Amino acid sequence: MSAIENGELEVTDTDGLIVAITGPPGVGKSCLIDGILHRLTPNNLVAVLAVDPTSPISGGALLGDRIRLSVLDDKTKADSIYVRSIATRSSSGSIPSIVRGLASHLLANNFDLVIIETVGAGQSEMRCAAIANRIIVVEGPARGDGIQAEKAGLLELADLIVVNKSDMEGAERVVNDLTISLTLTDDAPPIIRTSATKGDGLDELSDMIQHLDERVTSRRARARQQLLMAHENILILNPAFEAILDRMSEEGLVLEEALRLLNE
Amino acid sequence: MGERQRIVIAKPGLDGHDRGAKVVARALRDGGHEVIYTGLRRTPDQIIRTVLDEDARFVGLSSLSGAHSHLFPKVCELLREAGLGDVVVFGGGIIPESDRPPLFAAGVRAIFGPGTPSSEILEFVNFASGRDCGVGSEDDWHWGE
Repeated sequence: MSAIENGELEVTDTDGLIVAITGPPGVGKSCLIDGILHRLTPNNLVAVLAVDPTSPISGGALLGDRIRLSVLDDKTKADSIYVRSIATRSSSGSIPSIVRGLASHLLANNFDLVIIETVGAGQSEMRCAAIANRIIVVEGPARGDGIQAEKAGLLELADLIVVNKSDMEGAERVVNDLTISLTLTDDAPPIIRTSATKGDGLDELSDMIQHLDERVTSRRARARQQLLMAHENILILNPAFEAILDRMSEEGLVLEEALRLLNE
Repeated sequence: MGERQRIVIAKPGLDGHDRGAKVVARALRDGGHEVIYTGLRRTPDQIIRTVLDEDARFVGLSSLSGAHSHLFPKVCELLREAGLGDVVVFGGGIIPESDRPPLFAAGVRAIFGPGTPSSEILEFVNFASGRDCGVGSEDDWHWGE
C-alpha cells in the first residue's frame, strides 16, 4: 500500500463501490463506521481509508481515526476489515488520486466496499470525498450556528444525509432545517437519523450504504471537485511551483507575476 | 529531517496512562512523521495488526506498569513471525536499567525513559531509518550504546 502512496506503483481504476463518509469534526463519523462494519462483516470485505489532515508546517500527521473502531477487536470480524490511515501530505502529489489508487487496488483484491472517511472541512478532504461513487454527509445536533455541513459546502455532494447523535437536543432542529432547505431542490437526498452510541438507525444505514441511488446534483458536484482537483494538480506538479512560492514569500514576488511565470 | 516515516505508537498491557505516549506522538508529528496512535490496552496481536495494516516502519511501545519485560519481547517475536522483520521497535515509559539488556537482546533498538528530550527520539528515528536494524535483522546495535 505504501508503494501506491508514494507514487511508485500505478494502479488502473477498478469498478466497485466506494462510499465517502464526510462531515464536520466531532459528529461521530468514526463511531458510525464502526457500527456499519459490525453489521456488514464478516459477510463482506470492507476497507476503511481514513484521511486525516497533515500539518502544513511540519509535514507530519497524527492519525487517530483507527482508535474508534472497536470492531477490530472482534476476532470473528477483524479479518474481513482493512483499515488504513492516510495523511493529506500536501507536498507530495495529489492525495485524492493516491486515495483513488488505494481504493482501486482494494476493489481489485475482492473488497466489496471501500469507505473513505474524511473531515469535510478542507479542500483536500472534500476532493477525497469526491473520488467516491457515493457520498454520505454526517451532521450533528445544532450548536446554534446553523448547519455546519451547509456552511462547508458539503450538502450538494450528498447522496444521503445522516443526522447523528439523534438522541441529543438540537438534532431534530437540524433535521428540520435540512428538510426545509432541501425542499428547494428537485433532487434532495434522503435524510436519516442515527445514534451511533445507542445503535439507533445503524441497521438502516448499513443497508442503505450498499444501495444508494446516484443523484444528478451530487454527480455534478463530484465532477466539479474532480475538475478543480485535476486543475490544481497541474499547478502543483509544475516544476517551478516551489521556487515561485519561495520567491513570493521571501522576495515579495506578487501574485499576478507569479501566475504569469507559472503559465509560461 | 530524513524521510518521513510511518510510526505506530502503542500501549501494550493494562496501564492506563497515555500522556507520555501522546507527547511522543505529537513530537514525532511535529518532526514531520505520520503517527498512528493505537489507544490504550492493546494486546500484542492488535499491535501487530495495526503495524501490518498501516505499513508502519517503526513501532514505539509505551509501558508504565512493569509489563514491558514480557510484552515488549512478545511484540518483537510476533513481528518477526508475521514477516515484519524490517520494522524498528523502540520503547519508553518506566523501564529500570536492569530490565533493559534483555529487551535489547529481544530486538528493541532504543528505550527512552521519562525526561528524554523529544529531539533525541527524533534523532533516533532519523538515524535508524537509514540503517538495517529492524527487529529481525542481525544487527545487535541499540541507541545509546
